[in-house]
Amino acid sequence: MNQSGLHYHYDVPGDDFSQAGAASSAVKQILKQLGLDPQVVRNMSIALYEGEINMVIHAGGGVIDVDIDDEKITAVLTDHGPGIENVELAMQDGWSTATEQVRGLGFGAGMGLPNMKKYSDDLKIDTEVGVGTTVTITVNL
Amino acid sequence: MKAIELSRALGWELVCGDGEREIAGGVYCCDLLSIVMGRAPADCLWVTVMGNVNAAAVATLCDAACVVVAERMPVDDETLAGAKKGDVTVFKSEKPVFETALAAAKLLGLA
Repeated sequence: MNQSGLHYHYDVPGDDFSQAGAASSAVKQILKQLGLDPQVVRNMSIALYEGEINMVIHAGGGVIDVDIDDEKITAVLTDHGPGIENVELAMQDGWSTATEQVRGLGFGAGMGLPNMKKYSDDLKIDTEVGVGTTVTITVNL
Repeated sequence: MKAIELSRALGWELVCGDGEREIAGGVYCCDLLSIVMGRAPADCLWVTVMGNVNAAAVATLCDAACVVVAERMPVDDETLAGAKKGDVTVFKSEKPVFETALAAAKLLGLA
């Protein structure tokens, strides 16, 4: 890998659960092919999937940009959904605003953001109600 | 023990994949995907009744060694395609989650 690193871009369609996880799966495949530590691959895959699912469930989709350099993997998830009213509350285990339909699919356990925090080395959430949310996940190599 | 060896011993149906991975992460049971995502150990045998496409994605991303769909719950074509793409082995068990997991745990020397 050179200093300029690698960049990947993904569009995440909203409300399409059959496609949910496609970007995370593609990123996992790339990280595996790069021969990165399996724990690093798993950590980024889990954190990214949770972010991707949140975009599908809550925000009508969005975009994901992934950068890989010699020191870290950074994923920036950008949506123009409703934003998060109370980030502190959303970070608590078990807190969720998912619908019954979403819960029926096995989601909405209120573990998304806590999982993202647990499996990343750094998690940054910039959100504004009515404007959207940008989540930055960093996993160190 | 490899997943395929366990499945033969317990009479599970191989739905897709080759089952060649070792079960090194124990046996894990849960149906809520976000909990599975955060807590299922890598290389585990995951027992669930969730046979939907999102379960296949979760199994891929949390690096489960295989998925066992208990009670012969349906696994649709979309899910199978997702599992194949993610290189996930899926079995079906006739028994409920607890009995399926217990039998696997016994053979793995975990119970």
